[in-house]
Amino acid sequence: MENREVLLEVQNLSKFFTVNTSFFGKPIDVLKAVDDVSFKIYKGEAFGLVGESGCGKSTIGKMLVNLYTPTSGKIIYDGVELTALKQKERRKYCREIQLIFQDPYASLNPKMTVGDIIAEPIIINKILPKNEVEKRVNYLLDCVGLANHQRNRYPHEFSGGQRQRVGIARALAVNPKLIVCDEPVSALDVSIQAQVLNLLDDLKDEFGLTYLFIAHGLNVVKHISDRVGVMYLGKLMEIAEKNELYNNPLNPYTQALLSAIPSVDITHKKERIILKGDVPTPINPPDGCRFASRCFKAENKCNEHCPQLADVGDGHFVACDICGK
Amino acid sequence: MARKKVLAADGVDVQEAAAIEKPESRFKAMWDTLKKNKAALFGLFVIVVLVIIAIIGPYITPYDPNAQVMSEAYQKPSAAHWFGTDNLGRDIFSRIIVGTRVSLFVGIAAVAMSLLIGTILGSIAGYFGGKIDAVIMRIMDMMLSIPSILLAITLMAALGKGIDKAIIAIGVVSIPEYARIIRSSILSTKENDYVAAAKVLGNSDRRIIFHHIIPNVVSSIVVRATLGISTAILDTAALGFLGLGVQPPTAEWGDMLGRVRSMILVYPYMLIFPGLAITLAVLAFNLFGDGLRDALDPKSRS
Amino acid sequence: MLLEVENLKTEFKVKRGTVKAVNNVSFGVEKGEILAIVGESGSGKSVSSLSVMGLIRDPGKVTGGRIMFHGENLVDKTKKEMNKIRGDKISMIFQEPMTSLNPVYKIGDQIMESILTHTDLSKSEARKTAIKMLDLVGIPSPEQRMEDYPHQMSGGMRQRVMIAMALSCNPEVLIADEPTTALDVTIQAQILELIDKLRNKIGMAVLLITHDLGVVAETADRVVVMYCGRIVEQADVKDIFTDPLHPYTKGLLESIPRMEEDKDRLFMIKGVVPDPTKLPKGCSFADRCDHCMEKCKEHMPALVDVNGRKVRCFLHSDEEEVDV
Repeated sequence: MENREVLLEVQNLSKFFTVNTSFFGKPIDVLKAVDDVSFKIYKGEAFGLVGESGCGKSTIGKMLVNLYTPTSGKIIYDGVELTALKQKERRKYCREIQLIFQDPYASLNPKMTVGDIIAEPIIINKILPKNEVEKRVNYLLDCVGLANHQRNRYPHEFSGGQRQRVGIARALAVNPKLIVCDEPVSALDVSIQAQVLNLLDDLKDEFGLTYLFIAHGLNVVKHISDRVGVMYLGKLMEIAEKNELYNNPLNPYTQALLSAIPSVDITHKKERIILKGDVPTPINPPDGCRFASRCFKAENKCNEHCPQLADVGDGHFVACDICGK
Repeated sequence: MARKKVLAADGVDVQEAAAIEKPESRFKAMWDTLKKNKAALFGLFVIVVLVIIAIIGPYITPYDPNAQVMSEAYQKPSAAHWFGTDNLGRDIFSRIIVGTRVSLFVGIAAVAMSLLIGTILGSIAGYFGGKIDAVIMRIMDMMLSIPSILLAITLMAALGKGIDKAIIAIGVVSIPEYARIIRSSILSTKENDYVAAAKVLGNSDRRIIFHHIIPNVVSSIVVRATLGISTAILDTAALGFLGLGVQPPTAEWGDMLGRVRSMILVYPYMLIFPGLAITLAVLAFNLFGDGLRDALDPKSRS
Repeated sequence: MLLEVENLKTEFKVKRGTVKAVNNVSFGVEKGEILAIVGESGSGKSVSSLSVMGLIRDPGKVTGGRIMFHGENLVDKTKKEMNKIRGDKISMIFQEPMTSLNPVYKIGDQIMESILTHTDLSKSEARKTAIKMLDLVGIPSPEQRMEDYPHQMSGGMRQRVMIAMALSCNPEVLIADEPTTALDVTIQAQILELIDKLRNKIGMAVLLITHDLGVVAETADRVVVMYCGRIVEQADVKDIFTDPLHPYTKGLLESIPRMEEDKDRLFMIKGVVPDPTKLPKGCSFADRCDHCMEKCKEHMPALVDVNGRKVRCFLHSDEEEVDV
């Protein structure tokens, strides 16, 4: 694992939003969407990020594609520290990290034809000479399983799954190396989800892509990813190879999350851990472990000290003062 | 080859695509809704008639609109003079027909001007936000705090009389309204994922505004502009009434009203017909604009 | 059967034709039982539940069939009579807990209002009942929460309030339309456990409408699988998940990534759901089915009994649907 090439490294990345300021502009309430998160993504792998709404997983994705500027921390892509670059310089790298969106209805410009949507990034980034653009668009449409003659249609003429394919083709148009998939299938019907997941799988091999796969469905993440990170309230709780994470979850939150997923396998009824209470708000979170208020193994010290991700061997990292050691 | 097979199995292939019925175009859907709205159709009809009159008006007038025939002055409506004649013996019907061109021209030109400037200011404010938004919108607020006709009169006083100055004055006073509408449309449109996607794909800010945001707010702009023309026609008439618009002897509806206003009790027809012309034009643009809004708003379409 | 739907037909008239959103659907639910209706978007699962509630609005209309409840046909009831039954004997909770509560009233007042309309209780008694209900659905310090406005609560809490409101008049049937879709998994687990606990405790019949087969497997007793407005399979939950008969059910189950196993590729149901105004002549699933035969394209199979369960497929019976 260690000798694999790192494509992207995130070090102590944080993103805070000021929700409320005093009259003199001093922040009163701070929403800590992402708080001191570090992880690596290796070339050619799919790294999954799971967590419930508000855990900050999408915020991380948006920081990677430069839609948000981090409050602090580093994003190192292919040896270049993106966060140290000026915006103008940064834009050059933008192309290489692309994003696939959750909502296939909001992510395509309704006033543009599908062909234009895919051609635009090729033209504005001057990736190909004008006369080759059409060929490339047709190729990309073919890659995502859409027919050439559909290029002159508008997004509203397509179903959700087909629109998601268009979004994927658009992301591929600029020859990216890393694709952030932000809940790409959660808005789709079950039978269409499988189609899109398989497509993403195929494209990864064909285009030599690396994925950051963000989702709340642990089963979907597990299917497509090689390694998985679990987030809770802006913090990474656990990172491990997917089978290790599933078979040997160490953090109590991971355990609860795994047990809460309704399974279609009714012959092996598993023991459910029902967590108490709600996910607290990420506004002015407590100093201690973020999960302490709902944790079934919490002790007093959990409220005082915030656990750090620690290596427990074989690339399995866990942030828990009780179960981590 | 393996991939090909998989994708074929996905079934989003030629056959299936051909099965998707080509939905009717947006324009046709809009027209279908508009067609059912009798008031809007009436408005559209009147607008078309007004435009035709504005174009060919000067060639079809029964009399020279500016010819003062003192012997014919103060005539009541009759077969010879349908709408009568004014105190200087000019044929009111001819003057109303010629005045259509002025009113429509000033109305449309003023709206075009305020629309252009308002769109640019509103786009910048809405898209970039922050300080630049605050500065632009506070200036707009200041302009809005002065009654628009007062502002227009002040501008006319500074600029001097004349049709071009009237256009500027009327155009400037409605800039804030357009800037506000464009800004709020852009604020909501820019939250769409396709705008984020455009950013990630390397579009420049200018390109995002003009290629990805404006086309999606254009329908609300069109509606607003149609309704705006009616306001501009009213403003033109108001300035004319106050003697600040076009210069005599050019015929203009508001001016026609203003010059004979002291005679309303004795010769009401001198005021009624120009007044009716203004009302009809304003009503037409309002009815059509309302219909257009309903037709373009997908929520009101079933 | 406590509630029995027989040959229900609900149609929507749209510009491009008639959508038979619910086509000849029959099912029933017993006291204390959870019946799940599963299907993808456009399958007619939600329209079925809205039909039962008498909430179909123009351009939709219930065009046939009976909905029997306590020996009375709900289809024949007037609006006024349905209003009385709704929220009293039959309650409903919706997917979106954010929009189902009125943002300008305190949640306590909203629950009390529904109690006061359906019972003869006095105001103070209604208040007591409301607090009891909030407590029942697991809301901590219910007395203080009565004074909260909806925006002060999280999504999970709001869904609990919705359930409390639905249960406040001791309904015999609870219709839950995607009750957990908008919620996080750990919260979903709480809500599902709550629904399960309540049906045991007060013997309520639950009609659970969902697209999530995992939720069905965890909570339901019996399952109805719908596709394009028709029931394609109906069986006990164990049979559906261990031995699905219809190719659509099979395909759905196989296309879900499972935690328990590692698969390189997911099974895919090819194609997309057909246009509801232009359903194919034969079986609606024929175009997407791997076992499609010539006959499937021409004729609609009937929903037939097979070993105490029902399936609509020519692989299991040659019987054709009479009333197409």
